[in-house]
Amino acid sequence: MLNKTERQKEQILRMSGVNPLKCMRCGKCSGTCPSYDEMEYHPHQFVYMVETGDIETLRNSDSIYKCLSCFACVDRCPRGVEPAKIVEAVRLTVIREKGANHLTANEIPALLDDETPQQLLMSAMRKYSK
Amino acid sequence: MQRIGVFVCHCGTNIAGTIDVKAVAEALKNEPGVVFSTDYQYMCSQAGQDIIKNAIAEHKLTGIVVCSCSPRMHENTFRKTAAAAGLNSYMVEIANIREQCSWVHKEMPVGTEKAIILGKAAVAKVNLNAPLTPGESPVTKRALVIGGGIAGIQTALDIADAGFPVDIVETKPTIGGKMAQLDKTFPTLDCAACILTPKMVEVAQHENIRIFSYSEVSEIKGFVGNFDVTIKRRARYVKEDLCTGCGACTEKCPQKKVPNEFNLGMDNRRAIYIPFAQAVPKVATIDADYCTMLKTGKCGVCSKVCTAGAIDYQAKDEFVEEKYGAIVAATGFNPISMDKFDEYAYSQSKDVITSLEFERLTNAAGPTAGKLLRPSDGEHPHTIVFVQCVGSRCAACAEKGKEYCSKICCMYTAKHAMLTRDKYPDTDVYVFYIDVRTPGKAFDEFYRRAVEEYGVHYIKGMVGKVSPEGNKLKVQASDLIAGKQLHIDADLVVLAAAIEPDKSARPLATMLTASMDTNDFFTEAHPKLRPVESPTAGVFLSGTCQGPKDIPETVSQAGAAASKVIGLLAKDKLTGNPCVAHSDENMCNGCSTCGNVCPYGAITYEDKEFRMPDRTTKMRRIAVVNEAVCQGCGCCTVACMSGAMDLKGFMNKQIMAEVDAICK
Repeated sequence: MLNKTERQKEQILRMSGVNPLKCMRCGKCSGTCPSYDEMEYHPHQFVYMVETGDIETLRNSDSIYKCLSCFACVDRCPRGVEPAKIVEAVRLTVIREKGANHLTANEIPALLDDETPQQLLMSAMRKYSK
Repeated sequence: MQRIGVFVCHCGTNIAGTIDVKAVAEALKNEPGVVFSTDYQYMCSQAGQDIIKNAIAEHKLTGIVVCSCSPRMHENTFRKTAAAAGLNSYMVEIANIREQCSWVHKEMPVGTEKAIILGKAAVAKVNLNAPLTPGESPVTKRALVIGGGIAGIQTALDIADAGFPVDIVETKPTIGGKMAQLDKTFPTLDCAACILTPKMVEVAQHENIRIFSYSEVSEIKGFVGNFDVTIKRRARYVKEDLCTGCGACTEKCPQKKVPNEFNLGMDNRRAIYIPFAQAVPKVATIDADYCTMLKTGKCGVCSKVCTAGAIDYQAKDEFVEEKYGAIVAATGFNPISMDKFDEYAYSQSKDVITSLEFERLTNAAGPTAGKLLRPSDGEHPHTIVFVQCVGSRCAACAEKGKEYCSKICCMYTAKHAMLTRDKYPDTDVYVFYIDVRTPGKAFDEFYRRAVEEYGVHYIKGMVGKVSPEGNKLKVQASDLIAGKQLHIDADLVVLAAAIEPDKSARPLATMLTASMDTNDFFTEAHPKLRPVESPTAGVFLSGTCQGPKDIPETVSQAGAAASKVIGLLAKDKLTGNPCVAHSDENMCNGCSTCGNVCPYGAITYEDKEFRMPDRTTKMRRIAVVNEAVCQGCGCCTVACMSGAMDLKGFMNKQIMAEVDAICK
């Protein structure tokens, strides 16, 4: 039987499709992250902490909401680790427990204007609609 | 019917400890064809070999089976023993009852039973063995070295010094390769040109060496000892024998806007040019893509200023055919393209450069005469950021980078950082690294000196992005040890680009039927024990075409490749392995399957006239095996659908007989 942490880890890895063992700890994800200063835990730490099972700490941190979902870290990671996907998966384990969807596809047209970059809406969809 | 002798070895207790050797000898006595069977403590000893020799004479043996260790260990020993007693060496079979039996079993009954079965299989095979005689082929005593960088130069010099003629084929107008572009060499900081150019001159003056510069290999036929090679000598529009290298043409040529590839495009050269002052051969070359005379027929300035009358606008590509006994691939490397690394703004800013460009910027013969100046505005940079592993160790995308470590970047970056701090102490130098890999004599000491004596800031972490803003480069990076994201306003960013094999290596490997790995590095015959030989006989590997390596390692490998070539060329005749494939022309239908699977290119096809039962004749396409090239791997015999292809010494019926003996 898996204990709680192992179950969480298994779930996060399955949802994200990420294999944290591929990480060679170069830190390019955190070097590239535009939200770095907003976050308590940074992309490379998400990968490492999920690997070592320090997941509750991440779930209780605001960092999961500070990630912009810009996917720059996914694009630039030399090992194809896809850190943003692991951040997203940790966030979803929290959001799903709350049972609330914050944004639906129907709400999007009302939010569209010339000022808002479409990428931001897409990111918001990723964050709050799964 | 064969008269077979069986010799069971105790190997001390290695075999006899787990196998009842007397029972094995006794059991094999009753096998078909066996007329003599015995056991002895150490068959490989002189006394053991004498037992075999005496038995061959006394019992008129026509074949022998030795139940002993792996054939890799002593097959050769027992073949020699048999030959000394007048028996054909290939009438010897080994039943491996040590590695494959006594060492893997603990119980004597089980081990003994298996040893008897292995012995029976070997006896069954010997019953079908036929004497084989190795063929011989002559050796052309001349070597071809493809590539004129430091690897090719060293290999050629070593072969030539041993007294054999060598030809170097180099695609560029001069030999020298990448080393000629470098400023200093780690870890002793000798000037690259000062140690390379004397070797280039030595090559030029060596009586045994010919240089085919501005040339490429266009066709290779033949096999070890007997290669027929066609070399394409591209038209350089300057007669090599007349040109004195005075350089008058290169000063007067009106076409001044040709990107200078020797300085990686950071300055311009003329349409007629000599790549650098110490070029070998020191002969001008006209770049046909830019020459006004060749393009429009109007100009001819170089021809007017040439006092030697060396200019020849009518020159055409020429083809030279030559025979060689051995071929050395020394095709070298290039830094990968930075086009896919937009995050580092290489294509957006002139002040983001590769390490090789940095070499030219610090080289006294480079575009800035050795002064470190920003390419954009010619100002002295005060903050320089070096980024390691750009495209190396990159498994995410094969289009973007390479999965392997390029090996040389850690050391040359330490060198660049140290030299910058030495010449310009007012400069802040940052090096972003993932790991610093400095195995090698005096390498780690060198890197530590950069940190401890020269105050280079080494930061564990990667640069995430570089964005040009005004005349600064905003560098955003992580500092993993401090747990911070850093923002540095840099004047110059230097990318340690991964290295990849030269693009000419892949077509060359096809011509040589030499194997390559997925990264287009040539594969060696054995990664540890035969590192400078290709699995293809007569083809040798020198330098970075085999894998990333620095200059000391390249030179050692180049020398090793040369010694292998010398070993080959010193022979008058090559004795082949008689266990080669043979096609039964009556059964072959010329389907080409065998030729497609052959890793050595040993199979060709020819049309042959066959006499039919009704006295007519018919032309049929059949496979022919070149026994000098065939390595006896057996791929073709497995692939052959008509059963025409068979491997001498390992014929299908022999192998079936072994299987039958085991299953009986």
